[in-house]
Amino acid sequence: MTDIPAHEHGELIDEDRRNFIHIATGAAAFGGAAMFAWVAVDQWNPAADTKAASALDVDISKVPLGSEIRVLIGGKPFFIRHRTPAEIAAAESVDVSTLRDPQTDDERLRPMQNGELNRAILITSGACTHLGCVPVGPAQGNTGEFGGWYCPCHGSEYDTSGRIRKGPAPTNLPVPDYKYVSDTVVNISL
Amino acid sequence: MKAFRIFTAGLAGLVLAASAHAAGDAKHPHAPEGGWPFEGVTGQFDQASLQRGYQVYKEVCSSCHSMKLMSYRNLGEPGGPFYDPEYPNPNDNPYVKALAAQNEILSPTPNDIGEFDYRPATPADRFRSPYPNVNAARAANNGAAPPDLSVITKARHGGASYVYSLLSGYPAPDAFVEREVDGETVTYVDMSKLGGHGGHGEEHAEGLLRLNPGQYYNPYMAGDTTPNYLGDPRHNPPGGFLAMPPQLIEGRVEYTDGTPATVEQMAHDVAQFLAWAGEPKQTKRKSLGLAVMVYLGLLTILLWFSYKRIWRNVEH
Amino acid sequence: MSGHESSYTPTNAFTKWLDTRLPLVRFAQDTAINFPTPKNLNYWYTFGGILAVCLVIQIVTGVILAMHYEASVDGAFASVERIMRDVPFGWLLRYIHANGASMFFLAVYIHMFRGLYYGSYKAPREILWILGCVIYLLMMGTAFLGYMLPWGQMSYHGSNVITGLFGAIPLIGESIQTWLMGGPSIGNQTLQRFFALHYLLPFMIAGAVVLHVWALHVPGNNNPTGVEVQDVKKDTVPFHPYYTVKDAFAIVIFLIMFAVFVFYAPNVLGHADNYVEANPLVTPAHIVPEWYLLPFYAILRAITFDLGPIPAKLLGVIFMFAAIAVLFVLPWLDTSKVKSMRYRPVAKQFFFGFVAVCLMLGWCGASVPTDPVIKALQGKPTLVVSYTDNGDEVTSEYKGGAEAYEDAKSFMDSLPADASPSLSAVPAPTFQFKHLSLILTFCYFGFFILLFFLGLTEKPKELPESIHKSVLKRHKDADAVATPAE
Repeated sequence: MTDIPAHEHGELIDEDRRNFIHIATGAAAFGGAAMFAWVAVDQWNPAADTKAASALDVDISKVPLGSEIRVLIGGKPFFIRHRTPAEIAAAESVDVSTLRDPQTDDERLRPMQNGELNRAILITSGACTHLGCVPVGPAQGNTGEFGGWYCPCHGSEYDTSGRIRKGPAPTNLPVPDYKYVSDTVVNISL
Repeated sequence: MKAFRIFTAGLAGLVLAASAHAAGDAKHPHAPEGGWPFEGVTGQFDQASLQRGYQVYKEVCSSCHSMKLMSYRNLGEPGGPFYDPEYPNPNDNPYVKALAAQNEILSPTPNDIGEFDYRPATPADRFRSPYPNVNAARAANNGAAPPDLSVITKARHGGASYVYSLLSGYPAPDAFVEREVDGETVTYVDMSKLGGHGGHGEEHAEGLLRLNPGQYYNPYMAGDTTPNYLGDPRHNPPGGFLAMPPQLIEGRVEYTDGTPATVEQMAHDVAQFLAWAGEPKQTKRKSLGLAVMVYLGLLTILLWFSYKRIWRNVEH
Repeated sequence: MSGHESSYTPTNAFTKWLDTRLPLVRFAQDTAINFPTPKNLNYWYTFGGILAVCLVIQIVTGVILAMHYEASVDGAFASVERIMRDVPFGWLLRYIHANGASMFFLAVYIHMFRGLYYGSYKAPREILWILGCVIYLLMMGTAFLGYMLPWGQMSYHGSNVITGLFGAIPLIGESIQTWLMGGPSIGNQTLQRFFALHYLLPFMIAGAVVLHVWALHVPGNNNPTGVEVQDVKKDTVPFHPYYTVKDAFAIVIFLIMFAVFVFYAPNVLGHADNYVEANPLVTPAHIVPEWYLLPFYAILRAITFDLGPIPAKLLGVIFMFAAIAVLFVLPWLDTSKVKSMRYRPVAKQFFFGFVAVCLMLGWCGASVPTDPVIKALQGKPTLVVSYTDNGDEVTSEYKGGAEAYEDAKSFMDSLPADASPSLSAVPAPTFQFKHLSLILTFCYFGFFILLFFLGLTEKPKELPESIHKSVLKRHKDADAVATPAE
């Protein structure tokens, strides 16, 4: 073996850098770092207990007629509204083709266990589809121009079926995934 | 100098060996015959045993012991006793839902009028605690609050073997002797008749061990028997006293799968269940560990060749 | 070699522009790529790189754990177990962090012993060594604070003992202790402030590491011969790729050991008692710190005597802190001009003895002070019958096997009813861990005193002329051994 002073074998180093074994080593090390990075990213996903708390049974018999209750599921607000016959009629009489986000009132309801619709109970998300403010409703004494909800942030108006009628919001208040467990209890999940 | 190095290495080994030795004069816990299926690099839990273990916990332990860190959904998680591949989300598993619903729990959130209702548990709920708080637990158990069992196998030297040995290691019923002392009946354990798992060729203590009222003797319990021992104080028996009477009596539970409920079987099952509950992710940990080891091994080889190649022209 | 010339030349317009504004690339080139490093560094010198990796791992996993941890006495224990059970990969991150502390200390101890052996603390590297001691001190503080966070039995009672050390300071001790704890005892407020500090200190360590590396780069690395670099061309190689790849190889070997702990024995370095939630009413039977603090714990407990006006408790604390403080003045304690113990035959023997003393102190720290060091050497306990005879306390001793017990029994039966006899076993006097600790404590400090006198009298071996020549000589010797026929 001959000893070449370090600074004189720059060419050798350059040759080394192109060597397959170094590329393989570098790739393997990078792969390992990427796997660890995945762990560091994945830990921000919802934890098992957080995911487990994403459904709620709600007793709808307690909702006063003409008003609503609000529940939080996984920290998100939901409206459960007990509509008067007049409000139901108003919701059903709208010409769907004139709406920004055309949906009939029936499409926004879910059947009970006997297959019939419970038209008195409307369940929607409680976050305005514009920028996520929580609209005011009957409980706050302001149902807006169309009798449903009014968003104080930027003036979106919802009707008694939770459909967008006026203002900046692009879509209707979404209907969550829910089902009737009995005639008086609904299970709402995210 | 070489002698010094060997000496140092030997000392290091000695220190490690000494620190591994757990302090305490209780008998060293032992695993059931055949060992634990979950030990070793590729160990897995025996799901049938976990299911039976849950049954023992539910029907025997849970009347006094809480498991506050456990939720019913855990039972249906991968590796858990009631995991069903059809329901990757344990909250949807109907069997887990049914198991949860068997338990009436005090709702952790108030109802519409601000009161706390009792309701059937859901998979998301924590295991039902037998007492609302530690004071209640203490008051109901002669001042000794039963410990929470969530991580008991990690919280005791010997882990599952400790639980197994303790539960199946109480003195046999014929070891108890009653005598009149100053007009009161005092119970003693006759150490020469100590049954259970004595057969390790250990020196058996002779003589009587006095039991204080509400106290039970167990050779695997950490403690000191000196003050209560009537025999030669140089050979006081191992173990200590605890407030829990022997719980596992032959046939205490009726296993749904028809396994005969011997004391050893129940102790084995519940210990395995508690070992799982103490660390539900341990089988996942070991399997991921294997992959990491293989990866690091490969990287070591690659780096060795890289290293050799880079240094090949330098004398060092 | 100090302030070696920069060999960086910017090649394109952007790097030229950048180099005149923020010479970041130049800095990286000069410190981490082209930095001339002695070519004879062995694997003991890779622990600096290993420690850097440890620090990064601890900070990354620690910041992540802090996102899930709850610093309150009611929630801490459950939140740690929630990380273990519910957070995706939480168990992995927590076990890496918990075992990472042990790995960090293992590496730092090897790093320190290496510095001690090769004389890396001597001029011109005193500041480098002292900064290392500062880092070590910060590490101990961080580890202590972090051990409290899971709020288990050892966390609570360990913190109680350590804050109690400050209570030993005369006059102001108790006020300091109360100030530290923020109340009469360790409570929620203590946990919160210790958590905040546990988050802060690693970044102070990182800052000290920057200074440490800076102080390293002024005189350059020491090396196993202890002879300074004379000819950069012959004696050194650029740090990259020569030492990056060598360090990387050592790091991966280290990570394999690390992974064995994390995946297959994550709790062996901890204590079972720390999985019991803190209960201020019950102290665990056998309270010890984590293994890396055991030698100091042994020194603390070894001092059981008063020294003049200084009570034993305070003296123990003084000795314990002195054991760390002595490291700071080591560069001036060692009077030898020769750096590497390779060329100091006498000092080398004492060095290995010192390593053994430190290990044995750790063993003492883990043991019960009154336990016999060697069980087999302990004689049989003596039976002692204590009774009252006419109002006086009298004892009667019995030695021997089973017949001694029979004799004692029959003697007790023969006593009058009002003698109220009681029987007890008194262990035979033997060499206990507290005795060993005391001897080892004096050996520990003795080593540093010895270094002072040894440097004045020891006759060192002949030093090599240069790093280059020592390497060549070693290779020649090896060749001679391999081919004796030539």
